[in-house]
Amino acid sequence: MVQRLRRSAASVVMIGPTLVWLLVFLLAPLVIVVGISFLSKTPYGGVSLPFSLEAYSSMVKADYAKILGRSIWLSAKTTVLCLLFGYPLAAVIARSSKKVKPWLVLLIMLPFWINSMIRLYGWMTLLRTEGIINNILVGLGIIDSPLSMLYTDGAVLLGMVYELLPFAVLPLYTSIEKIDPSLIEAAGDLGAKKHRIFLRVILPLTMPGVFAGSIQTFIPALGLFYVSDMLGGGSSMYIGNLIKNQFLSARNWPLGAALALILIIITIILMRLYTKVGKLDDMV
Amino acid sequence: MQADKGIVVKMIDVVKNYGANRVVKKVNFDISEGEFLTLLGPSGCGKTTTLRMIAGFETVTEGKILLHGENVENKKPNERDVNTVFQNYALFPHMNVEDNIAFGLVEKKIPKAERTERVNEMLALVRLEGMGKRMPSQLSGGQKQRVAIARALVNRPKVLLLDEPLGALDLKLRKQMQSELKHLQQKLGITFVYVTHDQEEALTMSDRIAVMNNGIIEQIDTPKEVYNHPATKFVADFIGESNILEGYTEKMENGKMRVLFEEGKALIHGEGVGDDEIICICVRPENLRLSKTPVEGFSINGKVIEHIFTGSAIKTVIELVNGHRLTASVNPEAELFDVGESVHIYWTPERAVVLKTQEDTVYDVIETNPNQAIIDSLTKEG
Repeated sequence: MVQRLRRSAASVVMIGPTLVWLLVFLLAPLVIVVGISFLSKTPYGGVSLPFSLEAYSSMVKADYAKILGRSIWLSAKTTVLCLLFGYPLAAVIARSSKKVKPWLVLLIMLPFWINSMIRLYGWMTLLRTEGIINNILVGLGIIDSPLSMLYTDGAVLLGMVYELLPFAVLPLYTSIEKIDPSLIEAAGDLGAKKHRIFLRVILPLTMPGVFAGSIQTFIPALGLFYVSDMLGGGSSMYIGNLIKNQFLSARNWPLGAALALILIIITIILMRLYTKVGKLDDMV
Repeated sequence: MQADKGIVVKMIDVVKNYGANRVVKKVNFDISEGEFLTLLGPSGCGKTTTLRMIAGFETVTEGKILLHGENVENKKPNERDVNTVFQNYALFPHMNVEDNIAFGLVEKKIPKAERTERVNEMLALVRLEGMGKRMPSQLSGGQKQRVAIARALVNRPKVLLLDEPLGALDLKLRKQMQSELKHLQQKLGITFVYVTHDQEEALTMSDRIAVMNNGIIEQIDTPKEVYNHPATKFVADFIGESNILEGYTEKMENGKMRVLFEEGKALIHGEGVGDDEIICICVRPENLRLSKTPVEGFSINGKVIEHIFTGSAIKTVIELVNGHRLTASVNPEAELFDVGESVHIYWTPERAVVLKTQEDTVYDVIETNPNQAIIDSLTKEG
C-alpha cells in the first residue's frame, strides 16, 4: 500500500509539469473558447452573460458554409500540389549521397528559422506589378505590360504551397528513406520497369508518408490566414480570415469562437484518421 | 556470336572498379547448364560483386559477360533471364506470400489462371501450401527464405543467383535448407550460382567451387579437388584446416622429391616440381602422421602441446622446434601421445600437395591455421 502510494507520488512528480502545462495552455484556452462561443456579444466587442446560441444560429443563417467549402478546396489544392512537388524532392534527398543529404535536409528546414511574414513579404516584392518578375519579363520583351500576379487566388495558392511544402517533404522523405534498396533491386530483377517499380513497390510502401504529409499540410492550410491576407489582399475570404476578423475587426467574439470550434473539430477528425492510417506503419 | 554448347554464363576478363579501387580483377570462368557453382571467399573478396554483375545490378568496368552467348552489357536486370535470391530475402512487405511470388508473372502479363496455377505449384515445391495469404511479417526466417526462392523460381530463369541466402538462419535450419536447396536444384535442373563465405556449405552443395580472394579466382574445381588438391596457399588455408610448410626441393632418383624445410626434411611426390625450387606444401591434418620412432626420409620432430576433442576426431597440436605449430587429426579410439612427448612427423608423400606460389599476387597471408586463436587461448588456460 505504502509502496503503491510512493509509486503514484513519483509518477505525479514526473508527469506533473507536463500535465500543468497542458491544463494551462491547452485545456484552459479551449474551455474559454467553448465558453465564449455560448455567450452574447456586447456592443464594444466584449462578451457577457446571458448564455446564447446566437453565434451558432447566425453561422447557419449566414453563408459561412461557402467560405468553409472554399477553404477546404484551397487546402486540398495546396495539399495535392505539396505532395506533387514534395514527393520527387523527398525522393531526390532520400537517394542522395551521405555527404549531400544532411545539407539538403538543412535547406528544407532553413525557412523555418525565418519569420514567415518576412518570407511572404519577399514573395510580395517578387510578384508586385512593379516587382522583380514583371520587371525582368518586360525588360526582356517577353510581355508588353506587367502581369497582375499579386492579390490573386493563384498568388494565395503559391504562398500556401510555399509555406507548407516542408511539412509534406519531411514525412515523405522519412518513408522513402526507410525503403530497403534491395526491394527495388528485387522488383527490377523480377522484370519490373522503373515506372512499374514505383507503382507496385515504392508508392505503396510510402503511403504512410503520403498520408502523414497530406494531413500535416491540410490541417495547417485550413487555419493559415495571413497568406491570403498578404498575397490575396483579402480579396477572397477563407475560414482563417473569417475567424481573425470576428476577433479583431467585427468584434464578434462568440461567432469567432464558434467558427474556431468548427475548425478544431475538423482537425480532430482528421487527426483521428491520421493515427488510424498511421498504423499502416506497423505493416512496413 | 555462336553460343558454346551447354555454357549458360561466360565471364571474359571481367573487371569491376569502384573509383580507384579494383574489386574484381580479370575474372574468367564458364558455368554450364544445370551446374551448381559456388563463389566462395572471405568478405570483400569480390564474390557478391561478381554475382551482382551477372544479375545486372552492377555494371562491368572491363570485359564481358555472356548469358547464353549473348553479351548482356547493356541489358537491365529486368531484361536478363536470371533471377536473384537476396541475402535479406527482400520480400515485399506490403504483399502476401502469393502476391510476392506472382510479382514477376504479373510483370510478364501472364493471365490470371496460369498465374494462380504456377504460384500454387511453387508453394507446393517449397512446401508452403496453405501459407499463400500470410504476410511476410508473419513468417519465420526459413519460410521467408522459401518464399524468396519460390518468387525467383516461378519465372523459370535460366540461372538462379543466390547471395548468401542462408546467412541469417541458425545452424540447424541452415543445414536443412542446404539439402533442400540442393535437391531443388537437382530436381529442376536450373543453373545455380551461389555466393557464400561458408566453406562447409560450399563443399556440401556445389558441383564446382570458385574460390575467390582479393578479386581474383584462386581455384575453380570440384569440391573434392579443391579440398584434396588446393592450388594455392590461400585455398589450402581457407578451405578446411591445413598445415603449410615452405622449403627447398631436392630431386631423388626414385621419382620422389625431398624437401628441405627449416624444420627438417620430408618427402613429397615430385611430379611437376623442379630441382632446387622454393615451394609451399600443404598437408591436411588427417594426413599428418605421428610416430615415436623416426620414419625413413622424414626428420621433422616436435612436441605434443595438447589434444583438442572435436567430436568426430581428436586434433593433436604439435609444436616444432622453431615454434611453428602443426595439427594432426587422429582417430579418437587410437592411443594418444602424452602431452609434452616428443614425436616424429611424417606423411604419405602423395598426400602432400604442392601449392602454386603466385609472386604476382599479394595476399593478406594468413600464416597460421584458422583455429590458431582458439588453440592459443586453450593452451593458455590449460
